[in-house]
Amino acid sequence: MGLKLEEVSYVYEPGTPMETRALEPVSLSVEPGEVLAIIGATGSGKSTLIQMMNGLNRPSSGRVLFHGQDIFEEKYDRRQLRSRVGLVFQYPEYQLFETNVLKDICFGPRNQGLSEEVCLERARRAMAVVGLSQAYENRSPFELSGGEKRRAAIAGVLAMEPEILILDEPTAGLDPQGREELMSELMALKQQAGLGIVLVSHSMEEVAKLADRIIILSRGRLLFSGLAREVFSRGELLQEAGLDLPAAGRILSRLKETGLPLETDALTIDEALNRIMALFSAPGQKQE
Amino acid sequence: MPLIRAEHLAYEYLLLDEEQETEEKKTALKGLDFSVEKGEYIAILGRNGSGKSTLARHINALLFPTEGTVWVKDMRTDDESRLWDIRSSAGMVFQNPDNQIVATVVEEDVGFGPENIGVPTEEIWQRVRASLQAVGMGEKGSSAPHRLSGGQKQRVAIAGVLAMEPECIVFDEATAMLDPKGRREVLEAIQKLNQEKGITVLLITHYMEEAALAGRIMVMDQGSLVMDGTPRDIFSRSEDLKALGLTVPPVTALADRLIEAGLPLPKGIHQETQLVQAVANLYKGRGETHGA
Repeated sequence: MGLKLEEVSYVYEPGTPMETRALEPVSLSVEPGEVLAIIGATGSGKSTLIQMMNGLNRPSSGRVLFHGQDIFEEKYDRRQLRSRVGLVFQYPEYQLFETNVLKDICFGPRNQGLSEEVCLERARRAMAVVGLSQAYENRSPFELSGGEKRRAAIAGVLAMEPEILILDEPTAGLDPQGREELMSELMALKQQAGLGIVLVSHSMEEVAKLADRIIILSRGRLLFSGLAREVFSRGELLQEAGLDLPAAGRILSRLKETGLPLETDALTIDEALNRIMALFSAPGQKQE
Repeated sequence: MPLIRAEHLAYEYLLLDEEQETEEKKTALKGLDFSVEKGEYIAILGRNGSGKSTLARHINALLFPTEGTVWVKDMRTDDESRLWDIRSSAGMVFQNPDNQIVATVVEEDVGFGPENIGVPTEEIWQRVRASLQAVGMGEKGSSAPHRLSGGQKQRVAIAGVLAMEPECIVFDEATAMLDPKGRREVLEAIQKLNQEKGITVLLITHYMEEAALAGRIMVMDQGSLVMDGTPRDIFSRSEDLKALGLTVPPVTALADRLIEAGLPLPKGIHQETQLVQAVANLYKGRGETHGA
């Protein structure tokens, strides 16, 4: 079931001279257990699209269905929807406001009307998932480093136990260690039963590591939709969208340009390593 | 004479509790000594909270040392009478282009700085045109900034700093919010300013592949300068970098793995061109070394 967007489009100030089409009709779905990455240049419509997913943005045409129900129908409880389709903004530091980290993370579940006990239990579990130890419970969210704030904000959304988690540039501004830690926490989350993840990112490295499927947006249009490997074997599409290959694919492409017989669809450094080493074990010299 | 010099530069600040009483004294910089020569391209690395931005703000006199001294050319940065000279010699570009653009037309935005310091009108226009040209935005002078892409906005912000005719520009994570194309445009503009106009560049970044473009890398940790060397030196110390919360560029990670797997590649590869050439050469010469 999951989340389904049917031919959704978005027009700013319709019917006025300022009318601007921000998004041409797009259809997509997010299923439990998968990571869907949405990539595209600044202004390609990514934010418009993800804000439709939890009801923050009403499409000008088309429907958003969650478990088969139209979330923009009059009687639909969109407030409740926001705990089931959780959105972590690009600068989640602006989402933190309580006096300590534990209270901040409890905010969502408390709003869902859960008992104090359940809230605390969920908040602590969410903290563990994002790698914030118990020592952080009583610290002020404002004293945390960038990476810690980012994790606290993600924990705040996770504590509501959403079915779909939407992350907008989760690692922007983090140092390499913070990025790597958050990435492995997201990998672990992916294994968690029933959770679907929507990832918006400018980092092709991260998208290559995490995504099962990828959607490329360009100037408000769906340019391509497919499996991660298909997308990263089409360097020209990424170029057209103002994006790039991950380093592994870029290096292999450049090697191929010098005349080396290589497959260039590597997503990770490990895969690039294998492709290059295969060149040097020429037929007839192979062991075994 | 170095363009920038820091001697025992330390910076402390007080954390206040709710009653405005001192709760804790924090040390952001712990006695730094370094100098920057004119024309250098330096990347500054370090984990979140290591003191990079605090250091950058000392160079253009947004912060003043609590101990030690910083000089820009022959000016002490805490000499208030020279404040504007210091700020126009050492410009700064920040992370979010939207917070740096003030006017509704690109060329007015770029001319804002020089107009403020009383540059004659005719010269303002010359500077505006030359600055926009230098960042590849010569055609966009009459555009509205909010219609530009992130990379274009950031280049307008750079042009605004350039119009002050600085000798040095500090980029504080200036590419962090950009998409891959925007990042490439901004990095190319920075490289060009350094090579063609001789502008000294200090680039604060969390992206190792950006640091690999510099001529020198300074690494900060807990308010101290812990490494200072060429990209080749710094990126051949991957274990040390890891301990500092950093890493090597993806191309170096791949080169290291290839070496482990037995390919005789040179040490210290940090640019993709270097790896591509080295692997292509090995492949072409493989008949001679691996001969059947």
